[in-house]
Amino acid sequence: MPKVPFRIWRGAAGGGEFREYATEITEGMVVLDAVHQIQAESANDMAVRWNCKAGKCGSCSAEINGRPRLMCMTRMTDLPPGETVTIQPMKAFPILKDLVTDVSWNYDVKKRIKPFKPRPPDAADGTWRIAQADVDRVQEFRKCIECFLCQDVCHVLRDHHLHDQFIGPRFLVYTAALEMHPLDVEDRLADLKDAHGIGYCNITKCCTKVCPEHITITDNAIIPLKERVADRFFDPIRRLFRFLFGRSA
Amino acid sequence: MGEYKSHEYDVLVVGAGGAGLRAAIEASAAGVKVGLVCKSLLGKAHTVMAEGGIAAALANVDDRDNWRVHFADTMRGGQYVNNFRMAELHAKEAPARVNELEKWGAMFDRTPDGKILQRNFGGHRYPRLAHVGDRTGLELIRTLQDHGIHQGMSVHMECTLVGLLKDGDRVVGALGIERDRGRFIVFRAKAIVLATGGIGRAYRITSNSWEYTGDGHAMAYEAGAELLDMEFLQFHPTGMVWPPSVAGILVTEGVRGEGGVLRNNKGERFMFQDIPANYKGQTADNEEEGWRYCQGDKNARRPPELLTRDHVARCIVREIKQGRGSPHGGVFLDISWIKQRIKNGEDHIKKKLPSMYHQFKELAGIDITKEPMEVGPTTHYVMGGVRVDADTQMSRLPGLFACGECAAGINGANRLGGNSLSDLIVFGKRAGEFAAAWSKEHGHGTIRDGEVDEKIKAALAPLDEKSAAGSAEDSPFRIQHDLQVMMQDRVGIVRTGPEMADAITAIEKLKARAAKVPVYGNREYNPGWHTQIDLKNLLICSEAVARSAIERKESRGAHFRDDFPDKSADFAKFNHVTFKAADGTMQVRRETISDMPAELKAIIEEMK
Repeated sequence: MPKVPFRIWRGAAGGGEFREYATEITEGMVVLDAVHQIQAESANDMAVRWNCKAGKCGSCSAEINGRPRLMCMTRMTDLPPGETVTIQPMKAFPILKDLVTDVSWNYDVKKRIKPFKPRPPDAADGTWRIAQADVDRVQEFRKCIECFLCQDVCHVLRDHHLHDQFIGPRFLVYTAALEMHPLDVEDRLADLKDAHGIGYCNITKCCTKVCPEHITITDNAIIPLKERVADRFFDPIRRLFRFLFGRSA
Repeated sequence: MGEYKSHEYDVLVVGAGGAGLRAAIEASAAGVKVGLVCKSLLGKAHTVMAEGGIAAALANVDDRDNWRVHFADTMRGGQYVNNFRMAELHAKEAPARVNELEKWGAMFDRTPDGKILQRNFGGHRYPRLAHVGDRTGLELIRTLQDHGIHQGMSVHMECTLVGLLKDGDRVVGALGIERDRGRFIVFRAKAIVLATGGIGRAYRITSNSWEYTGDGHAMAYEAGAELLDMEFLQFHPTGMVWPPSVAGILVTEGVRGEGGVLRNNKGERFMFQDIPANYKGQTADNEEEGWRYCQGDKNARRPPELLTRDHVARCIVREIKQGRGSPHGGVFLDISWIKQRIKNGEDHIKKKLPSMYHQFKELAGIDITKEPMEVGPTTHYVMGGVRVDADTQMSRLPGLFACGECAAGINGANRLGGNSLSDLIVFGKRAGEFAAAWSKEHGHGTIRDGEVDEKIKAALAPLDEKSAAGSAEDSPFRIQHDLQVMMQDRVGIVRTGPEMADAITAIEKLKARAAKVPVYGNREYNPGWHTQIDLKNLLICSEAVARSAIERKESRGAHFRDDFPDKSADFAKFNHVTFKAADGTMQVRRETISDMPAELKAIIEEMK
């Protein structure tokens, strides 16, 4: 079988370059297999982050031919035949080495979001009763594997670098999962409006397009949250109420 | 040389899957200072790959269930060489641990009256597995992660431990390497909890993720702890077989729980042809009854596809060996047929098995709602691990605890599906609790500079140019690959004495290669270097598996010997313990199983 050419970004925080490789592709191979093969054959120290190779852990995020994807879920046959495959690290995060970026910012952001706070149990034995329909609504958000591809593609982070003012699609989905959790009684709307910068999202839906779990990020998570924020803070009647009777309205 | 950062904790937890996170949460709750070290990013551990569910006798779906039935099922599944005390604690405490997850935000599928829904699984008498579609592991780890980060623990991500540090017999710290810059880090801790998972990367066909290199097993062994039951390695009956690059990826037992059937290339449901005597009474003898069971008929017995994993895996191997396999060397697993029985079957499958649908669609181009999957056995789980006290999870080394897959005892010769996630939270909690208590009663030990220097020197040796000159043709990746092929071939699902003796010889040769293999590049995020470090652990674990398996001259649970195909009453009386002898060699000894209390014996008799 003929070898397929690859261009893989090699370097560190200080800079780097694309290097050319070629490796033999067999039936069913995904991009991560090819990267591993190149690593074993001719680039033992090439850094690549991965874990499960089954699309479940969200570790092997990278940009393949310019598109943010999981390397383990991109089959070689999905790419244009005969053309060089270009692989580079996610752009929205600082480079650690080669294909690996420093995604620790995401972990710091999550810590700043108010955690789950359940209502008192429904039954004497300390358990709750929840309807399946309420579970289903939130399940979509809880499918997230934290690959951070949505963060990578979001122009607010990728191009405008507003990491200190905007939590990004991943954490809007996370907030939506908490806000719509049938047991949760915490209030995160003020944070969403101010510290978490939901207003920065102008619903271009790029995040939805790259989500490997097919979560409808913009329509099902972000827009409903925007509506809740708008209802609370920008509804003119509520504003008047607040003006007359104080904050609590 | 000798340059390192230092951190000091009361309790250091190693590994951030379900068990490690649960241990860290419990220790934090006890008010001690907790450090959590993980080899990957937080939330990526192998637990995310668990699919089917968490076994707990909540009795939400079938009120005949209780801890006693769960205990008896676990012991029967483990062929009675389990640690009965662990099986008892597990069955008793699992329901509370599952309910607690809900308090922390987990969302399980529901019964019509709003309780946690439970599904059928192999070897469980009643529907017992709390689940979320087929991504229960993700729900578990995310719940623990999102709760855990607010409990005050310090997390060290992408940090690999290379050895435990001792003060006399006591374990008082550990040496690690930060992956990004390759810097060394000494953790001083009053107690250490190992929660490093399994050893599946020693095999070529495996459902296990990159991290599963037996680090905890190997570090504990090196430090002087004992390993138990290492011959018992579970081959999950249904892994993907095609295309080759995805071979081994898990296909959840939930497919069979939802009514999926196994067929050979003649279209026969071959599982009906061989039902073990001790399961005859609880297994359906016709297809109709099996289907009714999957639909929740309490009077029906379970279909033979839901027999224990060891047995189903062997039946699949038999079909393949006798020429009745599928085109790519597996058998057929069909869920699409249920469309004949239920309305909206296609949507039902997608809803109940979303990630299976996704996985086959994207990786194999197969629509499981329309056509059967091809599946075959894949290395999945090690029942063996660090020998610990059942109640406290402490090893024989003071201050060293272990829980989850890297500890042994609860599963005996074969683990039931769903008992792993419950094991993680039951014994993770216990390990965290008792490690915290230990740390309150003991001060810090003394870490010797000499020991740290020695370990740093050893870790850096392969990066040294002089030793790299030895065999430029070899690489850590190649050695790991050769080990995987060899173990698959010689110490796999069907074993013989002579083949395993060969394996020991092969392991010695691989050890020699690993000892002088060069590592190219610098210390920064260098996969070659880390593979070399992992390799040492994999070799120790592989040797332990082979040596224990040679000694068990019978077939029991997941351990099948072609030269001793029957179960032996004699071998039912003891476990195998692997330890490092004074001369540095690996030894295996027999440990007699103690007498079960009358109360537990009575339960087993009653449920027979």
